[in-house]
Parts: sequence; C-alpha cells; structure tokens
Amino acid sequence: MFFASKPWRSNLKTVLHPTGERDNKTGNDTRILCWIMTGPKNLETRTKHVKETWAKRCDKVLFMSSVKTDFPTVELNVSEGRDNLYWKTIRALQYIHQHHLDEADWFLKADDDTFVVLENLHHILSRHDPEKPFYLGRRFMPFIRQGYMSGGAGYVLSKEALRRFVKGFSTGECTHFSSIEDMALGKCLETMKVEPADSRDEHGRQTFHPYPPDYYIVRQPSRPRPWYLIYDHYAPVEGPGCCSDFVISFHYIYAVQQYVLEYLTYHLRPYGYKYRFKPDEKAQVNKTENINLL
Amino acid sequence: MLSEGGSFIKGVVLGGLFCLVVSLLSSFSSVTESNTDDHHHHHVKAASKDELKHFSDGQLLELNNRIQVYCIIMVQPKNLVYWATTLDTWSKHCDKPVFYTSEASKALEAIDLNEKDDWSRLRKALTHAYKNAGDLRWFFLAQPTTFAIIENLKYLVLTKDPEEPFYLGRAVKSGELEYVEYDGGIVLSYEALKRLVQVFQDEEKCPEKGRALWKLSEDKQLAVCLKYTGVFAENGEDTNGKGLFNTKSVDSLIQDSMRDNPTDVVEGCCSDLAVTFNGMSPNQMQVMMFGVYRLRPYGHDFHDLLTFYPPEGSDND
Repeated sequence: MFFASKPWRSNLKTVLHPTGERDNKTGNDTRILCWIMTGPKNLETRTKHVKETWAKRCDKVLFMSSVKTDFPTVELNVSEGRDNLYWKTIRALQYIHQHHLDEADWFLKADDDTFVVLENLHHILSRHDPEKPFYLGRRFMPFIRQGYMSGGAGYVLSKEALRRFVKGFSTGECTHFSSIEDMALGKCLETMKVEPADSRDEHGRQTFHPYPPDYYIVRQPSRPRPWYLIYDHYAPVEGPGCCSDFVISFHYIYAVQQYVLEYLTYHLRPYGYKYRFKPDEKAQVNKTENINLL
Repeated sequence: MLSEGGSFIKGVVLGGLFCLVVSLLSSFSSVTESNTDDHHHHHVKAASKDELKHFSDGQLLELNNRIQVYCIIMVQPKNLVYWATTLDTWSKHCDKPVFYTSEASKALEAIDLNEKDDWSRLRKALTHAYKNAGDLRWFFLAQPTTFAIIENLKYLVLTKDPEEPFYLGRAVKSGELEYVEYDGGIVLSYEALKRLVQVFQDEEKCPEKGRALWKLSEDKQLAVCLKYTGVFAENGEDTNGKGLFNTKSVDSLIQDSMRDNPTDVVEGCCSDLAVTFNGMSPNQMQVMMFGVYRLRPYGHDFHDLLTFYPPEGSDND
C-alpha cells in the first residue's frame, strides 16, 4: 500500500519504485530543472512546503532568492520586490545557463506558491524536442503578437529556448524594457524566434493554471469571461471541462493547500476506478485551436 | 403448624420480592441480553491485498458485482445548495442514491417524509430504505454536508457478509456508549438495518419521540437502539489501521497533520482509501470530485483487484 503512493517520474508502463529513484527507462530526454522564485521572507511559510512536496520530483531544483542560505537558496544579485521580478528572472536564467545547462533538457519556472505535477509535465514535454526552440505554459494573448506564458502558472523553456534567451541579452536583442516579467520574457522569446507550444491535453483542456482549482472547476452559468480568464489565448471553458485530468500546475497555493493537492494527486483515490480519460487509448477527439476573439 | 406455614410464605414472598428487584435492576442496565451474533471487535478493516489473493478471479468478480450500496441522504430545503451539490457529485456513485427530505422543495425532487423532528424523520427514512432495498444489501446514511467515496466503501465491506450485522463509520465513545458519528457517514449492513427497523417497534427500547429528556443526537439514539439488538459500533479502518471515515475536511486534517507530523505531513494524515470527509463548502466538494476522480499523475497504475466504472451521463468524474 505504501509504495503505491511514493513513486515519481514513472514510465508509461507502470514502474513503481519504493524510493524516489530515477526511472531510467524513459526513451525521451526529459530531465527537468525546476527553478523556484522565492525570497528570505517566504522560506519558512511557503518554500519549505514546496520542498517537502512536489519539488522532490524535479531532476534538479534551484531556489532563487536575493540571499544565499542553507535552505539551500541561490543568491541572485537582485533585491526582492515586484519591480525587480524581470531582473530576477534574467539573472536566474543566466545563472542556470552558466552553471546547470547540461544537467537538464527542460527548465521549469515556478513560484513558491505554485503546485506542479511533474509526471504530467513530463508527459506533455515528451511530444517535443528540447533542442528545438519551444516554450510552454498557460498561453495569454495580449501585448505580444505571438502571445506569452503566464508567469503565475509556471512555464517551461526548452534547452534551445534558454540558450536563445541568454544570447538575446548578451547581444542586446533583448533588453529589460519592462518589469512585467512574463510579458517581457514573452517579448524576448518572440524576438529570438522561440515558439509558444500548445500545452493543452488531447481533449483541448488546460494543464497550466494561474489560479487555484476552485476558480475553474466550479460550475458556472453561461457568462462572459470573468477577469481571470480575460487574457487566455485558447477559449477558456468553465466547469469540469476547464482542466485536464493530468494537470500540470495551479497557482496561489499556500502551505496547507500544497499538502492538500499532494494528497489529492498522489494519495487519495477511488479504489478500482476506471478513469474516463484514457489518453493512451485510440479514437481520441481532435482538439481544435480555439483562438478566441474577444 | 401455623408458624411453619408462616415461614414458608415469608420465604416465598421474600424470594419473589428478591426476583422482582433483580429483574428490575437488570432492565436498567445498558448491557443487552447476550446474543450469539454480537460483534465485539470495535474495528473493521478493509481486506489486505494478500487476503484478496485467496479469492479466485471469478469469486472476486462476483463480490465486485454483487456489492451494491443504497445511499440514504437526509436533506432539507434550507440546505439546498448542499443538496444540489451532493446530487451533482458523490451521490452519483451510489448504486441507488435516495434523497429524503423534511419537506418538499420546488427546486429538487426527493422523498418527502413530511417530518420536522430529526429523529422521527431518520426512522422513517431507514424504514423506507429497508422496505425498498430490493437486492441491495449495504446502506450508507449521510447528510449532504458529507463527501463520500463509494468505491472505497465497497472496498471496505467487500469480504463482509451483509447477513451479519455491521454498523460502521467513525466510532467514538460517549461515556459507556460507543456510536458512529453522523458527520462521517454511517454504514449499515442489511442485517443491521433489519434489526433496527424491528426495534423501532419497541417503544421502550427505542422510543419514537426519542429520549426527549436527554435530547440525544440522532447518531447516539441510533447506537442505543442498535445496541438492544446486539449490534455495536465499529470503526472502519484501512489495512494499516487508519480511520477511513472522517468528520473533518481534508484541509482541516492536513492542518492537524502539519502540527503533529511536520516532517511527514501527507503520510501522517488521512488514508489513501478514505471513505468520507465532512465540513467542506459546496465549491470545495466540486473540487473534491475533480481531485478524487480525475486529478492524477500520468503513468501511475495501481493494479487494483476490483473494477468500478464511471457513472453514465456524468461529466465531472
């Protein structure tokens, strides 16, 4: 019973490991480095719980802060605060590029209040080649022609995308033109010809979420888009169709909720239940690109 | 002659008085007459994987298909949102979900018991369920403020004989009385319900207007009545001894675990195969539906020995 809830990084064919051993059977290159934006004030109240739960499933995890500690945290030469968010991101990516580029194939950014299901991220990434310039997340429409990925929901850069971002700053093609981190990053990636990929599942349901589950799952009467869905590139669905079974992220998840989601994702289950959504079986509905016109 | 007769009569009278006193005293005691069908285990555990391996595939399949749960859901119009939420969520996994209301509602259908008194209403609902059981042999009694995972309930009672009296849930003690807490959901086997419905006829043991003097809650009343029939409350547990029936919400239990097991919060908390939680908001219950029946990590398979299919015409599980 105990072992069934412990494994991470399982392969398609059900390999259950009693400890957190890496399963080297995957044919794909899907090592993921997680870099988590945090600060000294949040280590005890938020980051600690991330470290105790999903961060364990990253192939490599780095906690980015303004101060070096034994947590351990990486010291980026940037002060805390919303205005410095993009500087922090730039420095973080440069740091990773300099010190850890070969340790992973994909680079996930998350906050200390994001909850991530790594296995589901691996599953989505297995469709893509990390040597190609791609990035994934919750795609937003405004401001940038090709759109950009919501910072709150977390986003993932391929190795090539990371190289191009860093190159962009060294050549001056990319600059710190705004402190709005996700949008500014999106602009740089567009400039460097990194493509935004579609992170939705085989039924067109979202995997990355900038808010907690109750914002999306709860049934609503037919209505115009609420404010938190205004930016969505793909037409959002409210109610049970909002979200993939194989969710990748939720945001604004604090302390207790980190463990609650860990319990619901990895532990609590209906015994013997045959899930409705079986993506490995044939005859799946083709999803359509729902570019929404506001 | 007279003195001999006199002592004899005194003896008879004294003896008679003595017997009367003893029988009066014993009728006040809360212990029932001994009954060979007593369950004095206090806890009932789900079958372990090893135990289940002793069954053939055919036997398991039979058990799997035979286990059917009749859900007795006690609603009221003043709790309409919870009523609607339960209707849209976990109750869909009952083989026969039946809503019993205190008074009719224009918005939702239910069996109108037309009874304001909680205990009287409960008696009526249980009696109705017994009479309409059909082939169903397991009964789950809950309020719509409870969230239940019926598959896990089936797993718990899989190898238990419903012709035996089972009365399960979160069993707690109040003085000498062990009872199952209403908030965590109450499981009754067919035999337990049968005995209960019978003892409802006994105005002394199980009065209809309840023990009005003490204003006992319905769950305690239930326990008292059942006790008279030789049926005792038992705690439902998983193979590790963790309670499966919770009177608190997941959030609340996790918070407790953060305080009590800070280095092992999730392991130290609730069972993987929990049957019930209580005290969640209607929105949280919708999220629970997603969390239980859909949200999972790709690639994890459990090789369970039972099979339960999603209900027809449902989109949130």
